Amino acid sequence: MKSLIAQSHSLSDPKVQLDVINNHNEKVKQLDKFEDKLDEISLFPLKPTGIEIFQINVGYMCNMTCKHCHVDAGPDRKEIMSRETLEYCLSAIDHREIRTVDLTGGAPEMNPHFQWFVDEVSKLKKHIIVRSNLTILDTRKFEDLPQFMADRGVEITCSLPFYSKRRTDAQRGEGTYDKSMKVLKLLNEIGYGKKGTGLALNLVYNPVGAFLPPDQESLKKDYKKRLWEDHKILFNDLFTITNLPISRYLNFLMISGNLEEYMEKLVTSFNPSAAMGVMCRNTISIGWDGNLYDCDFNQMLNLKTNHGAPDHIQNWDLGKLNSREIVVNQHCYGCTAGAGSSCGGAVT
Amino acid sequence: MEKTYYNPDDLKKFGDVGEFQKELADKFFDYYGTVFKDSALSSKEKALIALAVAHTVQCPYCIDAYTEESLEKGYSEEQMMEAVHVATAIRGGSSLVHGVQMMNKVDKLTM
Repeated sequence: MKSLIAQSHSLSDPKVQLDVINNHNEKVKQLDKFEDKLDEISLFPLKPTGIEIFQINVGYMCNMTCKHCHVDAGPDRKEIMSRETLEYCLSAIDHREIRTVDLTGGAPEMNPHFQWFVDEVSKLKKHIIVRSNLTILDTRKFEDLPQFMADRGVEITCSLPFYSKRRTDAQRGEGTYDKSMKVLKLLNEIGYGKKGTGLALNLVYNPVGAFLPPDQESLKKDYKKRLWEDHKILFNDLFTITNLPISRYLNFLMISGNLEEYMEKLVTSFNPSAAMGVMCRNTISIGWDGNLYDCDFNQMLNLKTNHGAPDHIQNWDLGKLNSREIVVNQHCYGCTAGAGSSCGGAVT
Repeated sequence: MEKTYYNPDDLKKFGDVGEFQKELADKFFDYYGTVFKDSALSSKEKALIALAVAHTVQCPYCIDAYTEESLEKGYSEEQMMEAVHVATAIRGGSSLVHGVQMMNKVDKLTM
């Protein structure tokens, strides 16, 4: 499967995506605007609580082309963060308030500077999270990475949209489930997911379709039971993440005729407590080209940090960024629906 | 008038039944909400029971609603279909067990 951008699909244009989620039809147009919803609970303009998590999208290249991918990542994407930009990131990270460096993509492992960068960040004594699709670790080129990451205490947070093969493969491609199980077993063998090793192995659930995630704790118990009984696999935590109406998932919503109902569901499920804890309040997202965003979703919609805050890593200014106004739009309802959603799962 | 008896959008208007008789609708929806809360059975277990019952009463609104609810409670396709089979087994069994009544009648009427 090609990325939307390689297909010259209209939804590869962020402006078209924003137009669709705001103006798809009369019902979608009439939905409450997200900023008005925040205003009702005195949260607008949305302000950071302080940047603690430095999330770097090191490139859109990926060995997979998942149907729901908000990045529109895939083998045909060539955008990769340069070493020069990574060096700017290192300078910014070297500050006590930045506690966590979260590496995402695409497949972050495919950035040619990945190992050098992880080494440099680990020297700064920061908590490192690598968001892995698992299958990349089942290739000869990357087979040494699990031990490399273990040696540096890197947390691995990986995609597994469901504990069953049927649903996982439906979203991520035929054969993904079996490869994922193989890699999870390998990670367990070197200590990941096991008590006392300090090597955190977390899984990410996201709905395979147009519905909201289940209760995180309840689902974690199901995952633990099924993965142990079926495969003798251990993991630490499960994060439930809501799909935001962006890119390929937005395309799915349109093709399947679910867009209006899904948007309505997100809006009617608005949870003020979740809004208080949205991840953009303590996270900054850095794009492959060094541009700054309030989150990875805003990055894909080309909504850069705004309102006078620096919008490129070369102009990094933690003070100004900590007092910025966060850019919001209708997709933000995805992070405030139900129990809320973030890169660390439910927020309530 | 609609050209079909069932319109998916009507499910969203369920609450409107109170326009004609508010007191009883309020009591019903209050009761309904209470039934589905976590209690001796979890709300997750209740969703799957509701899915099976929806198939028994063959209510398209209920099937739509509790299919989505079951997905959002974390059930797999296999679990949901097994629930439908439970409903089917009871429905089928309820017909078949009446075969005993037929046999009784045959015994009475025949030599």
